[in-house]
Amino acid sequence: MKSWLAYLAGLLFGAGLAWSGMADPHKVLGFLDVAGAWDPSLLLVMVGAVLVYAIGQRLVTRHARPWLDERFHLPANRRIDVRLLAGAALFGIGWGLGGYCPGPALAGVGLGNADLVWLLPALLLGWWLAGRVRRG
Amino acid sequence: MGAAFTPWSALGGGVLIGVAALLLLAALGRIAGVSGIAAALLPPRRGDIAWRLAFVLGLPSGAALWMLGQDSTALASHASPWQLALAGLLVGVGTRIGSGCTSGHGVCGLGRFSPRSLAAVLTFMLTAMLCVYAWRHLLPGWLA
Repeated sequence: MKSWLAYLAGLLFGAGLAWSGMADPHKVLGFLDVAGAWDPSLLLVMVGAVLVYAIGQRLVTRHARPWLDERFHLPANRRIDVRLLAGAALFGIGWGLGGYCPGPALAGVGLGNADLVWLLPALLLGWWLAGRVRRG
Repeated sequence: MGAAFTPWSALGGGVLIGVAALLLLAALGRIAGVSGIAAALLPPRRGDIAWRLAFVLGLPSGAALWMLGQDSTALASHASPWQLALAGLLVGVGTRIGSGCTSGHGVCGLGRFSPRSLAAVLTFMLTAMLCVYAWRHLLPGWLA
């Protein structure tokens, strides 16, 4: 049951990414290219998603627990440290270089996107490498 | 190079992303951060695989389902293989070190009013915009 609902959430998420334009590197780079013919569309993707989530998560977390688990698994770390900022900075450089953040890189497989032949294995390698370093 | 402004599909897709993230929170109590969910499968840990894999497999399924209703062609940027591979590597390393990406820090973190996520979002937006500026506007001038 857990996996089915996780799959459904992933499915809706992937459809949302495709519909919104986030899975199209031209749209993403058009948004990041503030000095070019700037396309603000993706700002509205964030506005829509964050608004819905901000309101919804307040209602959801009023309950003691989620439907299918003992507790909510929410991040407890509140520190803004070098790790966070260095990681975010590297991620941004990669996002600007290719036009893909992780969601669209995975969802794009369903669109038959040829870029992902190169990008996705490197992304998986990056996750694996950084995970190894983190565990030391 | 600029794409047309598409406010309604952007807003509609964004709302759908928000609903999907809420579903994962309400049902499993989990943050819908794509990098966090997927990266924890590399390597997988016993007892914590099925829901993560299901969510990850849902992403291309949803995108494919959406494409059924479209007549648009492939979206690829056709950037050079080395550029795409370097981009993927940086996104992978960066999101794992920085504990999140556009979905975890962006949608969920900002939606929970987390200062930590706000700092991350401002940082990756800034470096992404600087990076695009460098290779689209500065680099062609240097190479000319």
